[in-house]
Amino acid sequence: MSWLQKLLPPKINKTREPGARSAVPEGLWHKCQACGAVLYRTDLEKNLDVCPKCNFHNRINARRRLDILLDAEGRFEIGAEVQPVDILKFKATKRYADQLVSSKEASGEDDAMVVMQGSILNVPIVVAVFEYNFITGSMGSVVGERFVRGVKAAIENNVPFMCVAASGGARMQEGLTSLMQMAKTSAALTRLTQAGLPFISLLTDPTMGGVSASFAFLGDVVLAEPGALIGFAGPRVIEQTVRETLPEGFQRSEFLLEKGAIDQIVDRREQRQKIADLVTLLSRQPAVATAN
Amino acid sequence: MKTTFLDFEQPIAELENKIEELRFVQDDSAVDISVEIGHLEKKSQELTKSIYSKITPQQIAQVARHPQRPYTLDYVKGLFTGFEELHGDRAYADDAAIVGGLARFNGQSVVVIGHQKGRDTKDRQYRNFGMPRPEGYRKALRLMKLAERFNLPVLTFVDTPGAYPGIGAEERGQSEAIGRNLFELAQLRVPVITTVIGEGGSGGALAIAVGDAVLMLQYATYSVISPEGCASILWKTAEKAPEAAEAMGITSARLKTLGLIDKIVTEPVGGAHRNPQQMMVSLKKALADALKPLQDKTIDQLLEARYERLMAYGKFKEVDVA
Repeated sequence: MSWLQKLLPPKINKTREPGARSAVPEGLWHKCQACGAVLYRTDLEKNLDVCPKCNFHNRINARRRLDILLDAEGRFEIGAEVQPVDILKFKATKRYADQLVSSKEASGEDDAMVVMQGSILNVPIVVAVFEYNFITGSMGSVVGERFVRGVKAAIENNVPFMCVAASGGARMQEGLTSLMQMAKTSAALTRLTQAGLPFISLLTDPTMGGVSASFAFLGDVVLAEPGALIGFAGPRVIEQTVRETLPEGFQRSEFLLEKGAIDQIVDRREQRQKIADLVTLLSRQPAVATAN
Repeated sequence: MKTTFLDFEQPIAELENKIEELRFVQDDSAVDISVEIGHLEKKSQELTKSIYSKITPQQIAQVARHPQRPYTLDYVKGLFTGFEELHGDRAYADDAAIVGGLARFNGQSVVVIGHQKGRDTKDRQYRNFGMPRPEGYRKALRLMKLAERFNLPVLTFVDTPGAYPGIGAEERGQSEAIGRNLFELAQLRVPVITTVIGEGGSGGALAIAVGDAVLMLQYATYSVISPEGCASILWKTAEKAPEAAEAMGITSARLKTLGLIDKIVTEPVGGAHRNPQQMMVSLKKALADALKPLQDKTIDQLLEARYERLMAYGKFKEVDVA
């Protein structure tokens, strides 16, 4: 204890636990991690979790993403019956079986992907969305199978398919089986292509590794949210390999656009209109009315 | 060339040194000790067999990365005739970490593609340690399309620590290059046979490994991430690589049980590098055996089977949802 701490009365001198917040009630305010602006949480939510001051796109969970993208009416889930199993009886510092349980509690999802059929501005579509909060959105057997069932549903109903990526990569707790999901998902898309249906790939923060290096860049149109980290290898791995400091903005959406890797960067608040416009253009349908 | 022994092979190394010494003595000795040498050689063989019968996944990973292990171009020389190497992706560069070209397999024209590692320091750098950049995958894709155009089977050889994690590789679309190959291989209208000959490192391996049959050499490895990489993420230290290797199931035996590969090609005692000629003979036979049934199929049957095979990857349960 320093002399100053000894001098202070015990009320003030209460050592704060690391990470403890101030007296502001949890959940009412949100401090933007990019610009530091203090925002009303309800205002932020109304703005689709995009900071009104600096446009920073906060990560959002899969169901909220689907709520934002899809029309409220006539949506239903695909592939919820597909559930994870611990193929290898995998155990590192944690057991994979336990991790599946705790991740379900933490995220409210039973694996890292939610697929829904519905419509965007009355344009029918199947949308698969990654749940990053479930083991960093990693792709294992369930993600692969739900993705494929989503593609099959799109083909059966003759509607476009879209995937919103947010993933750290393949799920190593499933070993090589997770790597094979890259081949499986990419192969499924060959059938969508043969059916003449569009695949829209929306990359959000972060899209890395095995997800990035499979279907993510196979979109007929590849879109990204502003500022998303997108790449094959993680920045730390690259830094260790090349022993150089990475350039400013490396592997961010804006960098990828400049390098010719993606078609457009689309603000979350414009995505519904954009996707409806793109798929109607690709499938030679009349233009949709402008969203209000 | 003198055999390089791995740490777990030290007892074999000691025995081999003794044999070497005796041979040296033999040369200028009046007494015939060839019987003794023969005896020790047999003992060395048995010791190797015994050590290899208890080999751990991490030790197998060491054999898969053995500096004397045959690489793709060694197999090209041993299995094919008339190899014509074809270079470049026609857009940016020629990536030396992937080699490919036309060749004859038992007289039949084929396209060969494989990762290539280097033998000495200079060569290793030139080959970038077998870690391809996007142009390598795009060269591979160009050769796959060439094979399709001329109706030639594609034989690929996998041996890479992984796709190169570099700045330029990212800038030129490493992800896209790998993903594109997965997509195109899934529907390539010729038979594709993959053999994992050394390290099957993640997406960088898979980008030339999607096909109708996947063979794997006995002491090769195939994994979603290197044991070291997995350990440093999940155990927070690379020293737990042996545990990670065990947990992930990276060996041919385990992967065969899991249904992720089709055939294990047995290696000579002590690994492919101890007797490359013998390795060539058994791999050549395995490839011929794998190719024949694929060529008996119509192209539509072949593609349907390939698609079904890809769709079957993955284990999950199905429950009733209300």
